[in-house]
Amino acid sequence: MNWRGVKAIYMSEMGRTIRTIVQSLVSPVISTSLYFVVFGSAIGSRITDIDGVSYGAFLVPGLIMLTVLTNAVSNAAFGIYFPKFLGHIYELLTAPLSFLEIVLGFVGAAATKSLVLALIILLTATFFVDVRIEHPWWMITFLVLTCISFSLLGFIIGIISNNFEQLQLVPLLVITPLVFLGGSFYAINMLPPLWQTISLFNPVLYLVSGFRWSFYGIGDVSIFASLAVVVAFCIVCLVVIWSIFKSGYGIKQ
Amino acid sequence: MNESMTTQPGQTLISIKQLGKRFSNGFEALRGVDLDISEGEILALLGPNGAGKTTLISIICGIVTPSSGEVLVNGHSIIDDYRITRSMIGLVPQEIHLEPFTTVWKTVCYSRALFGKPSDPAYIESVLKDLSLWDKKDSIIMALSGGMKRRVMIAKALSHQPRILFLDEPTAGVDVELRQGMWKTVDRLRSNGVTIILTTHYIEEAEESADRVAVINSGEILLVDEKDALMRKLGKKTLVLNLKTPLAAIPDSLAEFELQMSDDGLELVYEYDTQRERTGISSLVQGLLDAGIGFRDLDTRENSLEEIFVDLVRQDS
Repeated sequence: MNWRGVKAIYMSEMGRTIRTIVQSLVSPVISTSLYFVVFGSAIGSRITDIDGVSYGAFLVPGLIMLTVLTNAVSNAAFGIYFPKFLGHIYELLTAPLSFLEIVLGFVGAAATKSLVLALIILLTATFFVDVRIEHPWWMITFLVLTCISFSLLGFIIGIISNNFEQLQLVPLLVITPLVFLGGSFYAINMLPPLWQTISLFNPVLYLVSGFRWSFYGIGDVSIFASLAVVVAFCIVCLVVIWSIFKSGYGIKQ
Repeated sequence: MNESMTTQPGQTLISIKQLGKRFSNGFEALRGVDLDISEGEILALLGPNGAGKTTLISIICGIVTPSSGEVLVNGHSIIDDYRITRSMIGLVPQEIHLEPFTTVWKTVCYSRALFGKPSDPAYIESVLKDLSLWDKKDSIIMALSGGMKRRVMIAKALSHQPRILFLDEPTAGVDVELRQGMWKTVDRLRSNGVTIILTTHYIEEAEESADRVAVINSGEILLVDEKDALMRKLGKKTLVLNLKTPLAAIPDSLAEFELQMSDDGLELVYEYDTQRERTGISSLVQGLLDAGIGFRDLDTRENSLEEIFVDLVRQDS
C-alpha cells in the first residue's frame, strides 16, 4: 500500500476544506439552525409529540442526515471532478497508486468532513432542543457508515459527470427528494398507506430510521434492516467504483 | 533503491513491443510500435501533430491503456508491476495542468508524496532552485506566469527523483530564455544519469540535445537511429559555388552534375551524397575549369534534421 500517497490526497482534500471553511462548515450550520428555528420552534410548537418525542427533538437525526448526505455527495463529487476538469488528474494516474488508494484518499476526506459537520450540527441542535442519545455506539456506527457510503456515491457522480451541470443535477434531482421523502421531517406512519409502501423502497428511509432509533429508540423499520441497507449500499458503490476503474470510464482512455 | 541499480548506462531501460492503441472512437493512434530506449540516453521523438507521440508517452506513464503489445520498464510490465514502473517515471505533459489555489511548495511536495516517497525538503529546495522557482515557493499557482507554471510542472515531475523523464513538447509556447534554462536542466539531469524522452516540434533542439532520434508518423515508427548516424546516412551535402562572372546557361558538358543555377547566374548549387565513395566534387571542379568558368568562393553545408524529417514523412504519406 502506498500510504504516503493516500495521506497526500487526504490532506490535500482536507486543505481544500480549510480554504473554503465558510462554504464547507459555516453555511451548513447556519441553514440547519434555520431549520430548527422554523420547523422546530415556530411550526414544531403546534405539532404534537411523535411517539413521545417532541417534534423539535424528532427533527434532529433527520436534519443531520439531510446535511450529511448532501455534503458527503457534493464534497466527494467535487473533490474528484475538480482534478478531472482542470486536468491535474494525470498526476494521480501516473503515480504508483491503486484505485483503492485513490478512493481511500478522496472518500476518506469527504467522509471525515461530513462526520465533523454532523457532530457540529448535533452540537448546534443541543442549543435549540433537548437531545438525548439512547444508543451512542449505534449512532456513531450509522453516522460513519452513512458518511462513507454517500461519499462513495459522490465519488461516482464526480467521475461520471462531464460538466458542472451534471455534477449538481444528481444531488439536486436525486439526493434531495430521497432525503425529503425519506422521513427526515416525519414518521412514515403519518403518510397515506400507498406512500408508506413506496417509501420502503427509498434507501434513505432506512438510514434516517436507524439513525433516529439510535437517538430515541423509535424507528420506522427495524434497526437491522437499516444496518443491512447501509452496508449493502456501501458495497454497491464500491463495486461500481471498482468497475469504473477497471474499464477506465470517465478517467482513462 | 536496489531497483535503480540493475541496469548500466547503455542497457535497455524501456522496451516497447508491438504496442497498439485503438481509441473507443475507432481511431488507431499506434500500430505495432517497437522501440528500445537505453539507460541514460536522450531520445527525441519527432513526428507531426497526431502522429501518436503523446499516446505513446501516455501509455508508458499509465494515463492511457494499451490495446495490444507490451511495455517493459527495467524488465517490469507497466500493467502488472505498475507500482515499480511508475515510481521510476516522471512526466511533464504538454498542457499545463495545475491546481490553481495551492502554492508552488505544496504542490511539488504533494507530487512527491503521491509517489510514496518520504518528504525531503532539501531535495525539493534544490529542484526549485535549479528551476529558478525558489523565490516563488510560497506563491499561489494562479498568480504565476505561463512560463513559471511550466517550470512548476517540471518540478513536480522531478519531485520523486525519477530515473526516466518524459517531456512532451517541453518548449512549446515558451520564451527563449526559459527554453535555454530548460535545456540546461535537461543537460544536468542527463549528467546525473536520468534517461530523457522528449517530443518536440523544434527539430533543431532534437538535433542539438538528443542522442537518438525516432521518427513517428501515423502511429508507426518510421526510423530510429543515432542522431549523428542518421544525419550521416540521410544527410546530403550541398556545395555552393560563387562565380566570377554571371552565367547565361549551364554548359552541356556539366549536365551530369544536375546543377542548379541562381536567377542572376552568379551561383551554382551542387547536391551530393556524403556516403558515396565518389562525391563528384573533383570532377565537377575539373569540368568547370575545362568550360572556362571561374569561381570566387565555395561553401558546403549539411542538410538539417528538419529536411531529413520532412523527407521521411512525405515519403510515408
